[in-house]
Amino acid sequence: MANAPKEIVVISGKGGTGKTSLVGSFAALARGAVLADCDVDAADLHLLLAPDVKETHDFVGGKIASIVSDKCIGCGRCKELCNFGALALNGPANDVVQKTYAVDPIACEGCGVCVRFCPVEAMEFNDAVNGQWFLSETRFGPMVHAKLGAAEENSGKLVSLIRKQARQLAGQRGLPLIIVDGSPGIGCPVIASISGADLVLVVTEPTLSGQHDLERVADLAAHFGAPAMVCVNKWDINPEIAGRIEEKAHRRGLQTAGRIAYDASVTQAQVAEKSIVEYCDEPLRKQIASVWETAVAALETATDTRRST
Amino acid sequence: MGEARVIAVASGKGGTGKTTVATNLARVYAAQGRAVQYLDCDVEEPNGHIFLKPRIDRREEVTVDVPEVDAAKCTGCGECGKICQYSAIVCIQDQVLTFEPLCHSCGGCWLVCPVDAIEKKPLRIGEIETGAAGDVGFVSGRLEIGTVRTPSLIASVKQHVNSDGIAILDVPPGTSCPVVTALRGVDFVVLVTEPTPFGLNDLKLAVDLAREMGLPFGVVINREGIGNRDVETYCQTEKIDIIARLPDDRRIAEAYSSGKMIVDALGEYRDRFLTIQNYLEQARK
Repeated sequence: MANAPKEIVVISGKGGTGKTSLVGSFAALARGAVLADCDVDAADLHLLLAPDVKETHDFVGGKIASIVSDKCIGCGRCKELCNFGALALNGPANDVVQKTYAVDPIACEGCGVCVRFCPVEAMEFNDAVNGQWFLSETRFGPMVHAKLGAAEENSGKLVSLIRKQARQLAGQRGLPLIIVDGSPGIGCPVIASISGADLVLVVTEPTLSGQHDLERVADLAAHFGAPAMVCVNKWDINPEIAGRIEEKAHRRGLQTAGRIAYDASVTQAQVAEKSIVEYCDEPLRKQIASVWETAVAALETATDTRRST
Repeated sequence: MGEARVIAVASGKGGTGKTTVATNLARVYAAQGRAVQYLDCDVEEPNGHIFLKPRIDRREEVTVDVPEVDAAKCTGCGECGKICQYSAIVCIQDQVLTFEPLCHSCGGCWLVCPVDAIEKKPLRIGEIETGAAGDVGFVSGRLEIGTVRTPSLIASVKQHVNSDGIAILDVPPGTSCPVVTALRGVDFVVLVTEPTPFGLNDLKLAVDLAREMGLPFGVVINREGIGNRDVETYCQTEKIDIIARLPDDRRIAEAYSSGKMIVDALGEYRDRFLTIQNYLEQARK
């Protein structure tokens, strides 16, 4: 396993702290990493990296129930048993009843309970296509990304699938590093993106909200045994809170990866569809490069420690 | 057209200003003597309390049912493992194993067990705090670390919506199950965005979701002045109302950073939230 690719996952707890902008820059600095956009709910990395899509695949995350209206006798057993409120008496009439039951595809979680217990076997249970995932090439290396359909389920499964594809791709191409853009929060997709990662880089902002959310995301990383470090973005919006966040991180035994200043040109880089390090001036570029180098150094240490234990 | 009573404040992208809009809007309603609740449905990372600084009167634990197998009764028939779509219960060589983090509490396993060997066991997924911030009723969910049952907790938070008065729901970012749960059954969705390529991309996803769910919605543009005009153009083309705008003002970012409400710290922007309220009075389909 000596040559297994290492994986760094960028998350934030709070949304809008600058994850994707930084991942775009890390991609530019790393040159030759596999890029994985695991923010499958609201993927944005493609807006910076302009991927050339080589392969498109359907993502089947689970199943979905439906009722064959002609067979339904309107008994209501399905509605009675469904724990997701996915059944209602609003289907079309048939020879037996004026109204039949129908499945709300948005509410259905594909558990199959209604299918199993329908007394007249009026239900179908089919694969649910929840979205699509893509293998692409970018100017900084290959990229795996996805689009989850509106109101779709199984974001955690899709994240796991993207990471698996990224690992395969890194293996095939002999690339040493995978950079993962994660999602906000601490739920299903975040857990799926950090479990087993070599390093989690938490990008936060110097606000009370950022501080509060960092604590929870650090707890989550600890819960799943993922080594984590912290970077304060836009630190000069509130230097006092920036300092407090770093102090708290250190007290928890988390390394800090450095600070990045607030700069209006970051938005301009986004408008120009460029990463910050391609578009913006100093000192921003140096600050980001320093964060990246610190993270890569920590990645080496974290991986060595992991593999020796 | 009537008044929207249950209002969701959402956005595809994180960090666009949902909590800012939701909390300040609640205060504007309350200042006019209206009965109003703020409900924090962003249970993974709830932040409303930082700004509203509520007095908490009550904390309740929220649990969901997961299976517990009575090995003495179990015959190892494997029916439970067959019905479970989430690999949360599996039967290997007459041994039944459960994996609680994967369970969706669909009930399939205990319904299907022929010998009643599976009992429901409560699993803690988080807690709900209720209280008040001045005249604003306050409800906030907080997900247990390591749990994936975000939608179940959001549904519990929403059970605290009063039967009358205004309810403002602070919705998590994204467009998948947690957001769907938060939006289900609301009268109106306020989509907060910023005029940047990321903001626009994620706004489009949120619009798709609102349309898919058949919910009326409008847009609030935050940090007007950064980025470009593409969000405006998109809203015009799609005939989406831009309800209000908040400017890009470093003082707003600084007030936000230290947990201050805009209506308190920067009174000149109070009328922006009044504009949203006036719009919502006519917004119900």
